[in-house]
Amino acid sequence: MTWFAIVAASAVCFGLKLAGHLVPEHWLAQPRVARTAALVTVALLSALVAVQALTTGREVVVDARLPALAVAAVALVLRAPFVVVVVLAALTAAGLRALGMP
Amino acid sequence: MRAVARRDDETRAAVRQAVSVSVATGLYGVSFGALSVAAGLDLAQTMALSLLMFSGGSQFAFIGVVGAGGPGAAIATAGLLGVRNGLYGPQVAPLLGAHGWRRPLAAHLTIDESTAVATAHRAGPAARAGFWWTGAGVFVLWNAFTLVGALLGDALGDPRRYGLDAAAAAAFLALVWPRLGGATGRLARLVAGAAVVVALALTPVVPPGVPVLSAAAVAILVGMLVRPGPDDVAPDDEEARASGGGS
Repeated sequence: MTWFAIVAASAVCFGLKLAGHLVPEHWLAQPRVARTAALVTVALLSALVAVQALTTGREVVVDARLPALAVAAVALVLRAPFVVVVVLAALTAAGLRALGMP
Repeated sequence: MRAVARRDDETRAAVRQAVSVSVATGLYGVSFGALSVAAGLDLAQTMALSLLMFSGGSQFAFIGVVGAGGPGAAIATAGLLGVRNGLYGPQVAPLLGAHGWRRPLAAHLTIDESTAVATAHRAGPAARAGFWWTGAGVFVLWNAFTLVGALLGDALGDPRRYGLDAAAAAAFLALVWPRLGGATGRLARLVAGAAVVVALALTPVVPPGVPVLSAAAVAILVGMLVRPGPDDVAPDDEEARASGGGS
C-alpha cells in the first residue's frame, strides 16, 4: 500500500511539473490562481507543523516537541540554515526527554 | 568579443550559484532520509521518494501523513504541495526552449531552487546553465544525502529518543518560514494561523490526514474570495525561493 502511494503521489507530482511546461503561459498568469496556490502551500505546511508538533494519533498533546519547536523558531529568526534548525529541534527534544519530559 | 566574455562571466556566475544552492539544499536530504525511516518507510521507499517525487515539501508531507492518514491522504497532500512546481513551468519553459526527451527531464528538475536560480539571470545561456546545473546538482546531492540520512536513521533506533519527531515539525516550520515574512506575508500569516487552528480543532473528530487537507481547503477559499491587495502574498517571492525553502 505504501509502494502504491509512493508511485501514485510521485506520478501526480511529475504530472503537475510536466503540465506546467506544456500549458500556455497565460492560463496560469491570473494573479488569483498564483496567489491561491501560494496560500495552499502555506496552509498545508502550517497544518503539518501543528499536527507534527502537537498531536499523537487523534489527540492534541503537549510534550517535548513544543519547546523544541520554539527553539527552531528562534533559530529561524536568527537566520540559521535549515539543517541547523532541524538539528537544534531534535537536540532540544532529546535533551528534555532525557530529563524526564514526555 | 567583450560581449562574449561578459556572457561567459555571467554563465560562470550562474554555475557557481547553482553549485552553492545544490550543496545547501542537498545537505538537508540527510534530515529527509532520517525522518522518512523514522516514519516507518524502508530504505528503498525512502530512495524512491527522493528519486521519483523529487520535491522536498511534498516528500516531507508524504512521510508525515502516510503512516496515520493512509495512502489517499498522503497522495492528496503531496500532490497539493506539488502544485507550485506546476506554476514554475511557464516561467522556466520559455528560458529553456527544451524539446523532445529534454522536456520531461526539465519538468522533473523544476523545483523551487532551479527556478530561483534560472529566473535570477537574464534569458540566454546564463539562465539555461543556472537551471540545468541547479536541477542536476540538487538531484544528485539530494539523493546522495537522502541515502546517508536513511542509513543513519536506520542505525539510530527509536526516533523519539533522538527527538526526530520534533525535528519533523521543525522541518515543516523551516519550509514555511520564508513564505511568512515581510509586508507581503500578511495574508500568508493569517492563513497559516487559520490552518493551525483548523488542523488542531479537527484532529480529535476526523480521520488522520483530513485535518491537513481541510487546512488547504481554507486556503483555497481565502485565495478565491479575498480581493487581491497590493501587499498580499507575492506568490513567487524571490526571497522565499532563493532561500531554498522547500525544494
